[in-house]
Amino acid sequence: MTTQVAVNTTARAFPKRWKFLVGTLVILAAVLYLIVTATTENAQYYLTVEEVVERQTALGDRIIRVSGAVVGETIRYDPQTLELTFTIAHMPGDPSEIDEAGGLAAAIRAAVNNPDAPRLRIYYKGPKPDLLRPEAAAIVTGRLGEDGVFYADEVLFKCPTRYDEAPPAGAAQEG
Amino acid sequence: MIADIGMLSLTMALLLAVYTATAALYGGWKGRWTWVESARNASVMIFFMLTISVVAVVYSLVRLDLSLAYVSEVSSRATSLFLRVTALWGGQRGSILFWAWLMSAFLAAVAIRKWDTDRVLMPYVIGVATLTTGFFIWLVVFVANPFARMWVVPGSDEIVKAVLPPRGATPFIPVDGQGLNPLLRHFGMIGHPPTAYVGFTGFVIPYAFAVAALITGQSRSDAWIRTTRRWTLVAWLFLSIGLLLGGRWAYDVLGWGGFWGWDPVENAMLMPWLTGTAFLHSVMITEKRGMLKVWSVVLIILTYLLVIFGTFITRTGLVSSVHAFAKSSLGLPFFVFIGIMFLGSFTLLLKRLDTLRSEHEMESFLSREAVFLFQNMLFLAITVAVFWGTVFPMISELVTGERITVGPPYFDKVTGPMFAALVLLMGVAPLFAWRKQAARTLGKALWGPFAVATLIAVVLGFWQRMHPAAAFGIWLVIFVALTTLLEFWKGMKARMTVRKEHPLEALVNLIARNRRRYGGYIVHLAVVMMALGVIGDGYFQKETQAPLRVGQTLSLQGYTIRFDGLRQYMGSDGREVLEAQVSLFKGDEFVRVLRPRRDYFIVQQQPVTIPATHTTLAGDVYVLLVGWEEITASSATFKIYWNPLIIWMWSGGIMLIVGTLIAWWPTRAARREVSYVLRPGAMRPQPSSGG
Repeated sequence: MTTQVAVNTTARAFPKRWKFLVGTLVILAAVLYLIVTATTENAQYYLTVEEVVERQTALGDRIIRVSGAVVGETIRYDPQTLELTFTIAHMPGDPSEIDEAGGLAAAIRAAVNNPDAPRLRIYYKGPKPDLLRPEAAAIVTGRLGEDGVFYADEVLFKCPTRYDEAPPAGAAQEG
Repeated sequence: MIADIGMLSLTMALLLAVYTATAALYGGWKGRWTWVESARNASVMIFFMLTISVVAVVYSLVRLDLSLAYVSEVSSRATSLFLRVTALWGGQRGSILFWAWLMSAFLAAVAIRKWDTDRVLMPYVIGVATLTTGFFIWLVVFVANPFARMWVVPGSDEIVKAVLPPRGATPFIPVDGQGLNPLLRHFGMIGHPPTAYVGFTGFVIPYAFAVAALITGQSRSDAWIRTTRRWTLVAWLFLSIGLLLGGRWAYDVLGWGGFWGWDPVENAMLMPWLTGTAFLHSVMITEKRGMLKVWSVVLIILTYLLVIFGTFITRTGLVSSVHAFAKSSLGLPFFVFIGIMFLGSFTLLLKRLDTLRSEHEMESFLSREAVFLFQNMLFLAITVAVFWGTVFPMISELVTGERITVGPPYFDKVTGPMFAALVLLMGVAPLFAWRKQAARTLGKALWGPFAVATLIAVVLGFWQRMHPAAAFGIWLVIFVALTTLLEFWKGMKARMTVRKEHPLEALVNLIARNRRRYGGYIVHLAVVMMALGVIGDGYFQKETQAPLRVGQTLSLQGYTIRFDGLRQYMGSDGREVLEAQVSLFKGDEFVRVLRPRRDYFIVQQQPVTIPATHTTLAGDVYVLLVGWEEITASSATFKIYWNPLIIWMWSGGIMLIVGTLIAWWPTRAARREVSYVLRPGAMRPQPSSGG
């Protein structure tokens, strides 16, 4: 009698558990599919200026992301057309290399003052970002044109003196 | 002098934390209740000690004690009193102290609660919460000390920041400080860190209870869940407010017309919110049916780990981000701490898996239990997807040596469908019965909302030539709003017929008598409103830009702006303001004057573009001043965004707060149960009271 009941419950429980297992697997597969396709579709190489300049032709029409140091005297902005151009100089992409250079502020300064550092001209159409200034760290996303100018859809800036633990004494003058 | 007192009490707090954690865990392990009692008192003392340190930092900021490195980093002579106080969380050193202080407040609050019924948990709750608090105090003392001074070391032009002077160093006191980052001077960014931190630290309490329950084997009963329900709600509420304020700040200050950019720092806050929300739902099933127990425990552990991870991301900038807190020496300690807590928590969970057996079997797909299980999975899946996208650059660099990022499109594409599925579940879940639901009755209940929503979405979609996904979004929002409102209507109708109540009276009583349930539904309605805001922002945003001479106009979405002139003046907090006056017309009718401006913070040499917005239920007209003729001031360039439905985001946010408060509000029975009076006598071991 008791065995009968036990057999019955397992028999009933089994397909149910299967159903839930299958349901879970379907969801899991859908989620994985979404993540994998979205990752491959939207992957952008995050490169340094040097890497962009070296690979130029190999990059083709890919959307890439480049970081570099803004060279102050190259910033041009036309408030009529909202056309913004500036040049970024190569700086190391690796945090430990930046540390070696003495922090982000120092790494940027070194990059901007090094005439041999590879440089890249950036074109962007839109409002001039508040954080764009000489010796800011720029992260630009867009495509490299055939003319060697980088056409950015998005520009981001980081100002090391603002948030880094830089000596405050000089910071007010450094800007 | 004041700073020395602050440093002293900070040191005391660290020593107390070490003592508290040791005494609590040792006392719990050996059953020595005098040790536990002592730990309990010491844990309250940690809060007092940290309070003194916090007051000392605030005092130094207000008095502008520039000998402290932190003061010169975030405050200046031009900084107003209010901003000097809020500068406590304006930089890294202060904000970690602030975090630790909030955590210690939760710790003290949990320590002085009445422990009569569950005192076996007490040593471990206090122990685990103190370990976390102690870790942050340790960081404050040794890694990011707000009491550090600046020193000039002979033979080097570098300035060293340390509490104790390096050999032969002389103190350095700057003439003025840098002042608070101008971008952070906005109510959203002033309110965002405290609320976010309360949310972050608040989740440590349910986690501590969960771990304590696992250690003691009390996880067999689900009492810890009932005990922590309201703590969890508080944490969740504050985390939600923090997210909303952050979004509002981005909308008002960053000037790109949006409120969410899938930035690592934003993701870092969203992830614990996601798992925390799943936890809030999962525990309902655990409480009511004794199921999904492993889920509940896993979710609270994940929430805790993501809270620490989130603090780590925001405070170290390991992942590159617009939110510009640079990388620092915090990385390694955080990594080690997260690792230890991760391994510890999951080892404990595996060892105690037998105490978490489900009391019932899942009977049908069409049951409330199953719907909750799926929502748990979805929340977790979204969290995994967000986590993957956030750390992908780091992983790809480790594996391939190349840094590859995925931008906002990745997040939109992956989380969009899953969020939609979640909202759908949210709409139908209340209609599902426990155990098993007959498909027929479900269909009967749903066909009305389904038909109405489909009709509206199809008509609107064709008429407005919407993107299919946008039309589906509209359908979803209407469908879920209707099913949720129907729940209210059903309850009201019952009261109106049985008790002969007036409709409004019935509604108020309905909510008041079932606060948890209807508070929850109000939150659901709020989420639907916010979803509307997200759809508007995602699919219907428009923009245009043009240079205008005085008197010229620019139109967008039926609105026209006319440029009337520019003026320049000195504002407060050391800023130079350039303000444009613009008249806004709808059709030919004058609506109002808008004043978009550009503030230039002189000391920081930092411009901030502040949009002017005109808000309506249909959408916001969002005007930015993006360029101008320097000398004549006769021409300026404007960018206008039409941000549809965005008001629903913020009003939904307020509704979410209201709903959560209703669900949180204690019932009379609960109020009697909870007493916050410190009564150490009550926790002496009483023989065989059966815990």
